[in-house]
Amino acid sequence: MVSLLSRVGVWFFIALLAFMAMALGADQAYSVHMAIICVAALIAMAASMNKFDFVTRRFPALGGPALQSQYDDDPIRWGVIATMFWGIAGFLVGLIIALQLAFPALNLNLEYTTFGRLRPLHTSAVIFAFGGNALIATSFYVVQRTCRARLAFPSLARFVFWGYQLFIVLAATGYLMGVTEAREYAEPEWYVDIWLTIVWVSYLAVFVGTIVKRKEPHIYVANWFYLSFIITVAMLHLVNNLSMPVSIFGSKSYSAFAGVQDALTQWWYGHNAVGFFLTAGFLAMMYYFVPKQAERPVFSYRLSIVHFWALIFLYIWAGPHHLHYTALPDWAQTLGMVFSIILWMPSWGGMINGLMTLNGAWDKIRTDPIIRMMVMALAFYGMSTFEGPMLSIKAVNSLSHYTDWTIGHVHSGALGWNGMITFACLYYLFPRLWGRSRMYSLRMINWHFWLSTLGIVFYASAMWVAGIMQGLMWREYGADGYLVYSFVETVAAMFPMYLIRALGGLLYLSGALVMVYNVWMTVAGHLRDEKPMTETPHNADADRPYVAVPAE
Amino acid sequence: MSDKKRIDQPTGTETVGHEWDGIEELDTPMPRWWVISFWACIVWGIGYLILYPAIPMANSATRGVLNWTSRGELDAEMKAETLRRAPITSALASIPVEQLAGNERLYQAAVEGGRAAFKVHCVQCHGSGAAGSKGYPNLNDDDWLWGGDLNAIHVTLTHGIRQPDHDETRFSQMPAFAGVLSTGEIDAVTSYVRSLSGLEKASANTAAGATIFGNNCASCHGADGKGMREFGAPNLTDGIWLYGGDKATLTATVNQARYGVMPRWNNRLDPVTIKMLAAYVHSLGGGEEAPAPVTAPVAVSGTSPAKVATNVGN
Repeated sequence: MVSLLSRVGVWFFIALLAFMAMALGADQAYSVHMAIICVAALIAMAASMNKFDFVTRRFPALGGPALQSQYDDDPIRWGVIATMFWGIAGFLVGLIIALQLAFPALNLNLEYTTFGRLRPLHTSAVIFAFGGNALIATSFYVVQRTCRARLAFPSLARFVFWGYQLFIVLAATGYLMGVTEAREYAEPEWYVDIWLTIVWVSYLAVFVGTIVKRKEPHIYVANWFYLSFIITVAMLHLVNNLSMPVSIFGSKSYSAFAGVQDALTQWWYGHNAVGFFLTAGFLAMMYYFVPKQAERPVFSYRLSIVHFWALIFLYIWAGPHHLHYTALPDWAQTLGMVFSIILWMPSWGGMINGLMTLNGAWDKIRTDPIIRMMVMALAFYGMSTFEGPMLSIKAVNSLSHYTDWTIGHVHSGALGWNGMITFACLYYLFPRLWGRSRMYSLRMINWHFWLSTLGIVFYASAMWVAGIMQGLMWREYGADGYLVYSFVETVAAMFPMYLIRALGGLLYLSGALVMVYNVWMTVAGHLRDEKPMTETPHNADADRPYVAVPAE
Repeated sequence: MSDKKRIDQPTGTETVGHEWDGIEELDTPMPRWWVISFWACIVWGIGYLILYPAIPMANSATRGVLNWTSRGELDAEMKAETLRRAPITSALASIPVEQLAGNERLYQAAVEGGRAAFKVHCVQCHGSGAAGSKGYPNLNDDDWLWGGDLNAIHVTLTHGIRQPDHDETRFSQMPAFAGVLSTGEIDAVTSYVRSLSGLEKASANTAAGATIFGNNCASCHGADGKGMREFGAPNLTDGIWLYGGDKATLTATVNQARYGVMPRWNNRLDPVTIKMLAAYVHSLGGGEEAPAPVTAPVAVSGTSPAKVATNVGN
């Protein structure tokens, strides 16, 4: 009772503070954000009074069959739904801005819908909202199963989920209102950064707490990767966002760094957001879900140790390759390039371990659409972790930098690796979380696979052609030693590529919409009558924590 | 959980003996090609660190055996290119612009250089094909506001048009006739102007407009409406319109007047590049022969219009 009262009191106090800040706000965006925080705190207060599970009470489908599973799966059920929701939002905005590049009129001549504001909305929605929710949900799922223990601090786990959604809402609305620190992938302003720090430290506490109370003697490799991702992202976030607000009642702040130091800090952050968020975190997903789906042992324990430590040691130094041929001193550029190239094999270690885990189950690529997605994800992972070191070579970079080649590289990694492995994991999770025997339709997973693959091929090849053409046109000299093309001619030349890119994005979005339908029908409890494909059976009896023997 | 080592049937490899939620791990050695490639990358990396600037020290960084710097490389490339172009640039620097057309080889070299400079500095207003747009003249035709021979173009480029705070800029100002002429008079005079290029047929209105034109416009645009280059006053008879020859646009032009500005380039570009740009614009199709000696070249830049600039323009 006391704890309930104090919890309600804390939320009420936060709501009160936010309300006062809203009233005193120096700019409109800040006031809007404080209003959002105030409302969120009041909802949290009401939920506390209701003794939680506000959502599962309103929407019983989201609660799932709690009795069948002894693991604490409610936040995971919310998480996979949130992943789908933000995924669709992020893909859609991506398609819109792709079309804006081809048809500038689609900026609508409105400040809220210009490319400059929608672009960070797209990147943050897909990386942090779609990818982040996938990482949080799967990490909560995996850490319980591989520790045979329920989540430590269940209330905190729920706070992590809802707090992270609030972060996403504040970031997204901020972009539309023009609130930005102008740091790529770290655009939210100081108060949103502080909020994310609180959420992230709670996340770390839940994750480490669960590992500490584990009933297994060893920590599984997936959890090493999850832990490195959580700790490193915390460090990156804190350092890169060091800044001084102009006023605590205003949204604007100024970075603690200036000039080339600022750029280096930003790209140390930016590259390791790729390295630890999109690589280490998603490798953790791979290390659990690929062996589970394939029902095969992990290929090599030794390789997993060596490539894990090599990867996390090397990645952190590679950021300066984003600043080749700039004011950054030559020695830092050298180190960025050298570490990037040495990173090649450690990155491939994950691909080898994932693909070779299929030893003895290769036939499943033909028969199991989820395995097919995982294999394609690993193939794209291998491709983009080869392309990355190659692009970091200064001679290559002098052609590729500032061109759409970079965009193609990022998307072959993001759509191919992060997207595909996330879809595969979600297809694994949905039936298990809702106690269904399988997804509504495995054939539709196959459709999703082909739509996505085709979309990625269109997208990546269009951007490779566009980028290399752009780079070559920029450096084309005539016989007399003068530049041949104006900038605008290079833009005009890329128009057809922009159309193909948008087509690729449309296909990818269509695949995701097929998934939404499939997921909807699965959660609703339907099974499509279709020619069977290979499915991996779920042993619900084994899926329970170690200590759960005492009867209810 | 641990020490449950077994031989995995499909691969024949021993497991490590750990198990998590049904997941085991094989004790497969790391692939040999992977280990070799990893070491090769490391060895290459060490070599690269020795050759190039790499290790930060207290005050600077190791310079590398090759003594390479990115600034040094750029400097060497720029020097080599400057040296390669030196014969052309020095010849262009010394030749007077009006003699450029007479030297075919040098003229062509200047056109090539101007083509590249145009794409950097001029396309923003005049378009990448130099076709211009509303308010920005088309440079491909032979309709020139201030003159189309090499020297006149060169003066325009050097000093700009209506460039604020620059005494030598080309200057003129069309008065706004709103309030000076009645609406009916403006209607008549625009009809007359349109009739000059055949956009309207002669009528009572155009006849009235002709009188108004003679009293108000002819001093700059000429009695025949063919314009005067000393004032940058456009030829109104040729059907080429800078802002538009439709009735509405022309009415707006007479009412509010126009005041197009082109920046001067002599404070941003070196003299050789400006000469190259002059040659390029001259070569686009409408370039004119230099006029008969003595009269035009000197007079255009120096005298009356420029003086008007300081008095009226500021």
